Amino acid sequence: MRSIALRRRHPAAGYAVVLAGLVIAGLCYAAVTGIGAASAASQRVSGGPLIAEGRNLFLQECSSCHGYFAQGTPSGPSLIGVGAAAVDFQVSTGRMPAKELGPEQPRKVVTLRPQQIRALAAYIAALGGGPAIPTKADVSQVGADTGLGQQLFVADCAQCHNFVGAGGALTYGKFAPPLTKATPRQVFEAMLTGPEAMPVFNDTTITPQQKRDIIAYIAASRSEPNPGGFSLGRVGPVTEGLVAFLGLLLFMVFAAMWITAKHGKSHE
Amino acid sequence: MSDSTAGPRPGDSEQDGGQLARQAGSEPGETGPTELRKRIIGTPPPAEARSMLGTPEPGTAGAPPVPRPRELPADPQNMAAAKRAERIVAACFVIATLAGVGFIAAYVIFPVHSILRAQHSNWALGLTMSLVFLALAAGAVFWVRNVMPHVELTEARKPLRSAEEDRAAFEASFEEGTQASQIVKRPLLRRTLIAASVPAAIAPILLLRDLGPLPRGTLDHTVWRRGLRLLNYGGNTPIRPGDFSSPGGMVTVVPDGYQDDFNALAKAACIIIKFAPGQIDFTSASHPVPGKVVENWTVNNIVAYSKICTHVGCPAALYEQTTHHILCPCHQSTFDATRGAKVIFGPATRALPQLPMTVDAQGYLVARHDFTEPVGPSFWERGTTV
Repeated sequence: MRSIALRRRHPAAGYAVVLAGLVIAGLCYAAVTGIGAASAASQRVSGGPLIAEGRNLFLQECSSCHGYFAQGTPSGPSLIGVGAAAVDFQVSTGRMPAKELGPEQPRKVVTLRPQQIRALAAYIAALGGGPAIPTKADVSQVGADTGLGQQLFVADCAQCHNFVGAGGALTYGKFAPPLTKATPRQVFEAMLTGPEAMPVFNDTTITPQQKRDIIAYIAASRSEPNPGGFSLGRVGPVTEGLVAFLGLLLFMVFAAMWITAKHGKSHE
Repeated sequence: MSDSTAGPRPGDSEQDGGQLARQAGSEPGETGPTELRKRIIGTPPPAEARSMLGTPEPGTAGAPPVPRPRELPADPQNMAAAKRAERIVAACFVIATLAGVGFIAAYVIFPVHSILRAQHSNWALGLTMSLVFLALAAGAVFWVRNVMPHVELTEARKPLRSAEEDRAAFEASFEEGTQASQIVKRPLLRRTLIAASVPAAIAPILLLRDLGPLPRGTLDHTVWRRGLRLLNYGGNTPIRPGDFSSPGGMVTVVPDGYQDDFNALAKAACIIIKFAPGQIDFTSASHPVPGKVVENWTVNNIVAYSKICTHVGCPAALYEQTTHHILCPCHQSTFDATRGAKVIFGPATRALPQLPMTVDAQGYLVARHDFTEPVGPSFWERGTTV
């Protein structure tokens, strides 16, 4: 005690006290929030180099919303048990990582490389299982029944995604996206995992073969010709009426104005 | 107005014009012929042409006869512009000609044996035909606006009432016909003619019967009955609760044996939804009638609701697994699937009816019985028959 009392007027004493205070505060914070435990937990699941890479990516790109454990926060849902297929769908369509929070994440440019997506998917799968990424054979269109696919699509998909997959509106700003750009693997993953508001169609409800049939119908409907001329988004009479009303009626109004316009000279 | 001695004003009526013209004819010193307003096409000729005052006696007034004014100037005001416009009009008509030839050519070239060819045919025929009409109309408007002279024309309307002599002639003719037919004198003819018209007039009213028959009780019931399996529509396979096991799942189901009977499906189509344990909240708070509790006819957290919206009968099946809303796409009626499909938004006034479910001996989902209320939109006799 005496030596401390003697050294308290030492020029470095103030710095030493501040440093000690910071260390104690940091330890208390770590104890309360569990950062150290989080990194320890993350390290426990690192089973291989792919998963380790995925964990690093997750901490960089995803953990601010989904939490350090992928346990979910008010900004993002828990990812434990969602499976590799859900990760592959969300990231390979560019929906995740999200730019901003909103009612629904739109499809956008993919920011991660395929290898990074695989690593991320492996890490999330290692956290709690879930559906795996479908293989090429899983989404093969060889021998698919487009007719049955259409029946299934009309029964369970068309109410939201429109009869030809043009998409449609849902409640409170959510929407069912158009299926014009989705790859067969992404459609398969969406049915399997039910991203965002979409219901889940698991393999015992809609069998993998039926999923392939549905994908075949979606692919076939994209190349259907438009006998009427323009497709107008293929969303039915609403756009056709809108085009007729706004386009043609406006044209008629301007034509009428032109026909009845008065020449300046005739009134002099 | 009638005592006006000033020159004619553009706003003056035809009557005033005539008055002024008469004054001009009788008093040539005040208004010269150059001040006469232009004759308006389609109107009666100026007063002096058919003067009701009679021709002035020669030598009394000595007024020279006023020359009839030209109806329209012979040439447009701006000859250069007219020349230019003439070329534009001619070009429009040439375009219309070419487009018309193109229409005929398109009809010959594009057969319509396939949808793809029909698309091309529709494109070509529609474009050429609209070009014909568009170019003709545009040419006509250019012609009228830039080549023809500009004058304002008004046209007097003929009176609707026929002339007195025409009316008298018709009356006489009608009277003559009545006399000649002797319809007054011969009651037998008159009465049989009236009798013949009566059934012919009643018959169309009788045909309204074909609008019926009334649906009576058929709207109150569907084909669902005890033990009927729920088929996964499309694949038409029965469903085990253990297979339909992912929370957030939803599929359309139809009664076994009726999967191709669209009249039956129009009322019987359902959706089944799988919930996670604890999500379903079928309490009295969900029921619109105080004191009543939403029936819990679920199996393993699977619930079946009618797919027919209670507003006007659209397929309400836009299920959001995050909010558990069932949305109807037609008018945005929204139902809360966790609370007995209670209406939470939109024009619908009743919850979607719940289909009572159980499991049969083989473990498949079956109906316990029919819906306990009519499905779909309101109708006149709803609730009067059971």
